[in-house]
Amino acid sequence: MNAAVATPQKNKIQALLKHASGDKRFKILEVHMKKHQFRQDALIEVLHKAQELFGFLEDDLLLFVATKLKLPPSRVYGVATFYHFFQLKPQGEHTCVVCLGTACYVKGADKIISGIQEKYKIKSGETTADNKLSLLTARCIGACGIAPAVTYDGHVAPKQTPELALEKIKTWI
Amino acid sequence: MQLDDLTAIAGKHIGSRKKITLRTCMSAGCMSSQADMIKKNLEAEVKAQGMDAEVEVRRVGCMGFCGQGPLIGVDGLSAKEKLFEFVKPENAAAIVGSLKGGACDVQVGDPDHPFFAKQMRIVRANGGIVDPERIEDYIAIGGYKALHHVLTELQPSQVVEEVTKSGLRGRGGAGFPTGLKWGTVAKSPGAKKYIVCNGDEGDPGAFMDRSVLESDPHIVLEGMAIAAFAVGADQGYLYVRAEYPLAISRLQTAIKQAKALGLLGAGIFETPFNFNVDIRIGAGAFVCGEETALMASVEGKRGTPRPRPPFPAESGLWGCPTLINNVESFANISAIINKGGKWYASIGTEKSKGTKVFALTGKIKNNGLIEVPMGIPLRQIIMEMGGGAPDGRQVKSVQTGGPSGGCIPADYLDTPVDYESLNKLGSIMGSGGMVVMDDSTNMVEIAKFYMEFCMEESCGKCIPCRAGTVQMFNLLEKITQRKATARDLAKLEELCDMVKNTSLCGLGQTAPNPVVSTLKYFRKEYEELLQPDPFGPHSNGVAQQPELATK
Repeated sequence: MNAAVATPQKNKIQALLKHASGDKRFKILEVHMKKHQFRQDALIEVLHKAQELFGFLEDDLLLFVATKLKLPPSRVYGVATFYHFFQLKPQGEHTCVVCLGTACYVKGADKIISGIQEKYKIKSGETTADNKLSLLTARCIGACGIAPAVTYDGHVAPKQTPELALEKIKTWI
Repeated sequence: MQLDDLTAIAGKHIGSRKKITLRTCMSAGCMSSQADMIKKNLEAEVKAQGMDAEVEVRRVGCMGFCGQGPLIGVDGLSAKEKLFEFVKPENAAAIVGSLKGGACDVQVGDPDHPFFAKQMRIVRANGGIVDPERIEDYIAIGGYKALHHVLTELQPSQVVEEVTKSGLRGRGGAGFPTGLKWGTVAKSPGAKKYIVCNGDEGDPGAFMDRSVLESDPHIVLEGMAIAAFAVGADQGYLYVRAEYPLAISRLQTAIKQAKALGLLGAGIFETPFNFNVDIRIGAGAFVCGEETALMASVEGKRGTPRPRPPFPAESGLWGCPTLINNVESFANISAIINKGGKWYASIGTEKSKGTKVFALTGKIKNNGLIEVPMGIPLRQIIMEMGGGAPDGRQVKSVQTGGPSGGCIPADYLDTPVDYESLNKLGSIMGSGGMVVMDDSTNMVEIAKFYMEFCMEESCGKCIPCRAGTVQMFNLLEKITQRKATARDLAKLEELCDMVKNTSLCGLGQTAPNPVVSTLKYFRKEYEELLQPDPFGPHSNGVAQQPELATK
């Protein structure tokens, strides 16, 4: 019984490793794992690197990490889904992360979110149909002194308003 | 590396300083307003105006007055430092020109403003003064001397004693006596011990630790090394949130530089003491601020807490005795060693010693970071240093302690800020977030905001927290939608009590706090939203509930 279940899994892993050998990014990831001596406790560090290389964590990538670190795939998947920072779906070309920390919230971050939601018809965590814009929220990026803060493609912008945010996004689309 | 070498580095570095220094704040807040561009322009202008013989432009960490940023501090021009506020890259020429007496219309801050004058800086003593990316800067102001003193002249037990004498309590929020914790780890049997620095500053509205890590990474590393010597550990982990990329990169630089000088690694100061620090990057889970969850995360697992005991001091990382302290706690250590526990204990109140850093944000005129002695009345912080609410509004409430804390109404502003007094009001000291709310704020919405936060951040391990936070959120939503009756409110209060008393870890145990405290002080706002009970005119109360249940 076990063998019957295990065989397709094994084949899948072998196919995956073969595919991975042709992709440079897997190689970089493996070097990174080696730097951590393939230690299982470096899983989160490895997943950070994987996301940096691939943009998001797809199932095959998680299986690759599991195989290399000799961890059960369930453990790798469990960790990847537990932490908000790891994305399991591809992101749009541009990301707009609205901080929803308390300081930003009391200064109107919720209005920025609803402004974008209304204009582009996407909810937080979603991407527009043309794959141009992903709207995300952050719990607090620690930029409370300049609230409300919005991160556009990794750059933090201070003292935002719905108008400023829409203006910035307009330059992308 | 010996003490002489340290002094030589300091002397050489101080000797190379120029007469006038332009300190450019390059912390995350000011960086978001093009501080890097400002620095570049200033450097170019200094050259262009032929002043590079006497003027230097330096990168420094957070100066604290984030709301007025980007900031430029000028030293050496007059006895008092000069502070330029709201600087833009195009102001560079005027600022450099003003050093020669030229006209400059950039807003100048007042260094005697209560925001600065009432501060007492120990943890943030070097913020805005040293270059966080140059270890020489830290050594020049006496850095790593405390570590040298500890390693060459003290026994581990004497270090623990000094910290105990200082009365320092955990700055992560709970306020456990630091000396007692160190003593427990030191006494725990085991060949391998670990030090963990908790930099998972998840409380929304708090950024003290980010600022310390970005502005003065070596003060934390030195504190960790002293702790490692005191408890007998040789490996440390610095757990930092992934949301703080600048702090992570500066820490990496700091560790590399300290290792190169033999201040970290093997045989520190040519003693047999070894200490290594590795950075662990969080991945966005609020619960990882809880110590057992944080350890699970360091081990590369899902960050779920476990019951205590055993406490980490006995069985922590990989089952070994582990000392976990907050960033701010570690940042206090070198000052305690340098100036003595007795000196530290002379600051603050009877039970809360020393200073505390607060992130003053929300509806307040002066946003930023402040460090004040414990026991200072809240009113001085909010009204004098913070300048009260902007736009002519009134301060309604002050939220401390993030989602685990509570809302303190304006009537209680005369409360001294210390662990016990804040607890008595139904809030907590917390890690230091202080969000001010003005009279336009709806307190029920605020309670709902925090409950939504806890609901999403609940790790799901224990049922009271996983299911309870959802139920409480739904009830709060029902109330804000004006669909709830008095019975719903009673149910909410009952749930608060249950979740508080039965949850596994601090997240669940404190999740009801914002609701409980707003109910305590702003109950009227809840009641105004309630609807009459459809079951009859007299069922608009709690007393009817058992009767309805039997029907």
